[in-house]
Amino acid sequence: MYRYDQYDQTLVDERVSQFRDQTERFLAGQLPDEEFRALRLRNGLYVQRFAPMLRISIPYGLLASRQLRMLAHIARTYDKDYGHFTTRQNIQYNWPELARVPDILADLASVQMHAIQTSGNCIRNITSDHLAGVAADEMLDPRPYCELTRQWATFHPEFNWLPRKFKIAFSAANGDRAAIRVHDIGVQIVCNAAGELGYTIYAGGGLGRTPIIGPMVREFLPEADLLSYFEAVLRVYNRLGRRDNIYKARIKILVKETGLARFRDLVEAEWEQIKDGELRLQAGDLDAMRSRFDRFEYDDAASLDTSFDRKLAQDTAFAAWAKRNLAVHRQPGYQIVFVSLKASGVAPGDMTAMQMDAVAELADRHSFGEIRVTHDQNLVLADVRQSEVYTLWQSLRDLGLATPNIGLLTDLICCPGLDFCSLANAGSISVAQDIFDLFDNLDDQHDIGPIKVKMSGCMNGCGHHSVGHIGILGVDKKGEEWYQVTLGGSAENDASLGDRTGPSFARDDIAPAIKKIIDVYLSLRNSEDESFLACYRRVGMAPFKARLYAVETA
Amino acid sequence: MSLLIRDGAVLSDDWLLLADGEAPPKTGKLIVSWDRWNAERTDLDLGALEVGLLLPNTLDVTAALGDLLGRPLLALSFPSFSDGRAYSQATLLRRRHHYAGELRATGQAVVRDQLQQMRTCGFDTFLLRNDQNPELCAKSFHDLTVAYQPNLLNISGLRPGKH
Ligand code: SF4
Repeated sequence: MYRYDQYDQTLVDERVSQFRDQTERFLAGQLPDEEFRALRLRNGLYVQRFAPMLRISIPYGLLASRQLRMLAHIARTYDKDYGHFTTRQNIQYNWPELARVPDILADLASVQMHAIQTSGNCIRNITSDHLAGVAADEMLDPRPYCELTRQWATFHPEFNWLPRKFKIAFSAANGDRAAIRVHDIGVQIVCNAAGELGYTIYAGGGLGRTPIIGPMVREFLPEADLLSYFEAVLRVYNRLGRRDNIYKARIKILVKETGLARFRDLVEAEWEQIKDGELRLQAGDLDAMRSRFDRFEYDDAASLDTSFDRKLAQDTAFAAWAKRNLAVHRQPGYQIVFVSLKASGVAPGDMTAMQMDAVAELADRHSFGEIRVTHDQNLVLADVRQSEVYTLWQSLRDLGLATPNIGLLTDLICCPGLDFCSLANAGSISVAQDIFDLFDNLDDQHDIGPIKVKMSGCMNGCGHHSVGHIGILGVDKKGEEWYQVTLGGSAENDASLGDRTGPSFARDDIAPAIKKIIDVYLSLRNSEDESFLACYRRVGMAPFKARLYAVETA
Repeated sequence: MSLLIRDGAVLSDDWLLLADGEAPPKTGKLIVSWDRWNAERTDLDLGALEVGLLLPNTLDVTAALGDLLGRPLLALSFPSFSDGRAYSQATLLRRRHHYAGELRATGQAVVRDQLQQMRTCGFDTFLLRNDQNPELCAKSFHDLTVAYQPNLLNISGLRPGKH
């Protein structure tokens, strides 16, 4: 964890008072609706279909156990006993009362948390690889860079009223787990041929109405220049981004309309002016930032354990879970454990207060008291001794948090949709349940192999449907809920946007349509090792289309 | 009526904002629009008048520095509550190009909830929107007593000795 000092704490505390004052003025009729709206959004507070929705920031998805306990407390005290983890590593509450939001924020501030810039046209929560610091394929830990960026962006006086929201993501691993190419700025931390650290910068990616895979704007930016380069990009965007049309206001449209080469020139020209200024990182700055993070003492003897392998051999249920829900830790003898928030009968990403408390306890017992939130809406306990994994699995199973489906079909991601969101065209949670029911058999799921199904209730794309291997998008057809399907999207290293299959499907037909798509894949793949995405890329849309729309022509 | 404040104190506004087309007086302090300035500068810049400029928030100020830096007053525009372009203009003028005259915030966003950010970006006077209470506005300059900008690296204990 990053630990606040007095300075960080003061800022968060003062923000609580400031927001309390804004809320009180609004309730007293002294602040116009439209203005309070812009101000409350900046603090993550929406007014939704049935009640306000509060989004709380979890910087780069990292939580301490005491913070997760506080999230449980908030769910119990101010909400209906649960919270919803989002695709941006945050948590949302769907039922808080407007007048009590300042109290929620005060509770959060007591554990170094806040809701600053979780919505509104400003720089949003910085996201990163949920396996940062423990992944075997990582070059170095990106989180100190994320925290530097978070601080630079927090209440940046110049960039608090941008044309539109602005999202930044970091990755420092070979495999991109942070979907950096679909962010306003995506940063890949790299090492150049001379052995120097730096960044490859992508800009103008994004989902929503006009999904775009972000192009590279700078192949190598030296390590010291991170913040000055961000400042240059944001200044160009704040000045030139469109404000006449909300659908054309994201930086991706500016990049597209300006042309990549010209956009790059504008940024470089601005950056020339400031790169040697005060934002330039100095020797020791990053070490100082790194020293603000907890460091864990791993036990080299952990790898001597033999019980883990024995349990795998003895207990097939454990082995099935371990096959899907563990990942390789770079420290021998330790395992990365995924806590699945995708169980039948539960909306993807939802967690009860009781489960939160219990997972906080398990984190204290088995994983240095730290929890991560993934953008696939699961949790991770990242530092578990392999000798303790079996006990942990038993506890998670008792909590309903051990569905062995990480990376499989029912590990689908899904926005709140029509059940909660006032912008939705269609429900997504109930479709998720239908898919769950159709593919409940785990052996079948294992046979299908790794696949990412992503679903959004409207074009805004909070469920990242455009980059799902299978994407599902809710559309409104004369007041009815219909679903458009795309195939072949990806948010990883091979990022691409999905292709539409054709006409959309009615509510009752959408889960069967997914079944047909899977059947086509199973019949066409050239071996069990060919993933859905690889198979689709090889065979193309035609066979899927033929099968999906065959009924109507028959 | 709109009040003008500086550091929380109400000022009397001795500048006259001249509408385009309105005839200028012979002497005194005038604010004219950027367009008018470009059309009539030889008539306006005669020495007897002090001329300040009201700039559109779409102006690239760095391309117009020759006109701007010597002016005694520049008024920047916030045409709506959420249009933040003038924040970048102010930053460029004040922080990068060391504009030394009065930098005045005008328009719909000049309200207590944005004043502190405006001041940080270099504004020194604020023509409050007419529904604003100047005392509450003055207090807002102290809403947040700490900030990560302009340079978080010099604060927060990150660079020891530079606290
Ligand atoms: S995708 Fe649409 S329906 Fe779903 S949460 Fe986002 S805005 Fe709401």
